[in-house]
Amino acid sequence: MRVLSIVSSAYRATVEEQDDTVIWFTHAIKGAGADVDMLLKGPAVNYAVMGQAVAPVTIGTRTQRQGPDVCGQVAGLIGKGVQVFVAEVDLERRGLAKAPLIDGARRVRDIPALFSEYDRVWHW
Amino acid sequence: MSQQATLAFLLMDAPFESARTTTALRIIDAAVRRGINVKVFAYEGAVFLPFASQIAHANAVHGRTVEEEDHPLPREWVAGLIEESARRGAAFEWVNCGLCVDERGAGQAIEGVRRGSPADFWKFAESSDNTLVVPTA
Repeated sequence: MRVLSIVSSAYRATVEEQDDTVIWFTHAIKGAGADVDMLLKGPAVNYAVMGQAVAPVTIGTRTQRQGPDVCGQVAGLIGKGVQVFVAEVDLERRGLAKAPLIDGARRVRDIPALFSEYDRVWHW
Repeated sequence: MSQQATLAFLLMDAPFESARTTTALRIIDAAVRRGINVKVFAYEGAVFLPFASQIAHANAVHGRTVEEEDHPLPREWVAGLIEESARRGAAFEWVNCGLCVDERGAGQAIEGVRRGSPADFWKFAESSDNTLVVPTA
């Protein structure tokens, strides 16, 4: 069963798993044998833009050194064989049309055609 | 029993904070009433839906006692779904994401709920006729 997971709520609940929780979940089910790919749309297209860094954050006396490296986690999915698609129209809307993407991320314009390649489409 | 359809659901919202959860539970209720086997994976704040310590309260603004207010409790809805499924001879599984439970101290769940991992959701999806993810925003 081929599944396409769509992520469109970006940077939500990243404190939960030091990650985007859907990216984290996708890593977990991929490890459990899922045949899953991912479409980044809306503000989540920024996850695939190259050149990001995650600096520590300090609140009062507490410094959080391990930040949510979502871009790195997306790259990790690609490394595990997950195809990561990025909605081209949402890159354009954000002035990112020419921004370099991380290795392996693929721009996609015809999203309905992409859906037709999957048995299940989960929109998170 | 083997002829019955099976549906998998993934819920994410914490109780009381989104109408999506009520809608999702109504969809699940409709499935249960048709004798459909249901498998639910609760992720993030949704692990509190079957939290056993939820307590109904009176509503002074409404001028109603706790009995009059009939305050809804998600744990009772989950328990009701489990009971209705059993009554109809359908299977019903509710799995709470174990790490989400630990982070929130939500371990005290009603009877019939077990803890698991995203791998359980993948098994649910593989063994179901269809799957509905109800995300949070």
